[in-house]
Amino acid sequence: MEYRSPLANVKGLGSAKTGTSHWWMQRVTAVALIPLSYWLIIFLHLSLNAPFEETLTWLEAPLNTVCIIAWILAVFYHAAMGLQVVIEDYVAAEGKKIIAVWTVNLSFLMLALAALIAVFRTLLIG
Amino acid sequence: MAEFTLPKNSVLTEGKTFKAPAGTTNIRRFEVYRWDPDSGENPRVDNYELDMDSCGPMVLDAILKIKNEIDSTLTFRRSCREGVCGSCAMTVNGKNTLACTKAIDYYPDTIKIFPLPHMSVIKDLVPDMTHFYAQYASIKPWIETQTPAPADTERLQSKDDREKLDGLYECVMCACCSTSCPSYWWNSERYLGPAVLLQAYRWLVDSRDENTGARLDELEDPFKLYRCHTIMNCTDTCPKGLNPAKAIAETKKLLVQRKLG
Repeated sequence: MEYRSPLANVKGLGSAKTGTSHWWMQRVTAVALIPLSYWLIIFLHLSLNAPFEETLTWLEAPLNTVCIIAWILAVFYHAAMGLQVVIEDYVAAEGKKIIAVWTVNLSFLMLALAALIAVFRTLLIG
Repeated sequence: MAEFTLPKNSVLTEGKTFKAPAGTTNIRRFEVYRWDPDSGENPRVDNYELDMDSCGPMVLDAILKIKNEIDSTLTFRRSCREGVCGSCAMTVNGKNTLACTKAIDYYPDTIKIFPLPHMSVIKDLVPDMTHFYAQYASIKPWIETQTPAPADTERLQSKDDREKLDGLYECVMCACCSTSCPSYWWNSERYLGPAVLLQAYRWLVDSRDENTGARLDELEDPFKLYRCHTIMNCTDTCPKGLNPAKAIAETKKLLVQRKLG
């Protein structure tokens, strides 16, 4: 027997009054990734064909350094937000959902840090 | 929670077949979902062969013919038979629509009629709309004002402001859109769904309403609103030709505008 009214069930704990920033930043990073992905293709083409030293010199140009860092930040942020949405869509059990969202966000944070450190080490140490 | 297989007691079985009377020349075949909560049996699909020479043109006419002439136990909702009450929403050949405004001739061959998807079934083609209506009530679908109404006129509105309600006020809350939405299937406990969000937007853009901010506060939620991923099934299926996906997108734009503007 259900004693709570249907309206009480629907209202639940009320509105979280968040979600807009998450949704908006997903769009912002998506738009940023359009030009950055073209840049990445050029970078990958060079790094797979040119000698290491030449690639390094190219990457040391300020614009290219900015681009690779921007790409890393945008892509991992975008991926973490997107996967969080997928998890929220399909995982209803509260405990599993929280663990999954934490795992995704921490994993992408670590991956982004690893990628950034790799860039700095390569550029500073060579 | 996402469910990708039917529970055991929901698996369909083969039902009865009702042949057309001998000598009938213009036959159409209808496959109709049947489930009786009192029988303890699984749902089944009954087959009805109808004489089209003595049947009205709409899918609802065929269903009424079955109930009146062949099988009076067939249970369904209907009222206005002209697409303004929203009672006869059901899935016809895999797409949600109003049985009363859909012509039998629109479909090429056998017509398969099922209740709205992913809703609890009360009996046959009658889904349980309790939660859906409670969600509608939760958005306060009425005008909210602080300013008292003018003493001797109604609350006036410019023609341009009135036009903003076109494409919104026509919604009859049949639930075709909400029950076609995968996000609503998986998360209807918390996601309001396209029909209710279109109605919410109808009050957001009403120039006479004075509670826009509080309405936006109530909607700003990862589940209530942001489960919409612009899948567009809602707009595709709406039997009234409305665009709930656009109403939701406009709501999101208002929230962004409030944040950034």
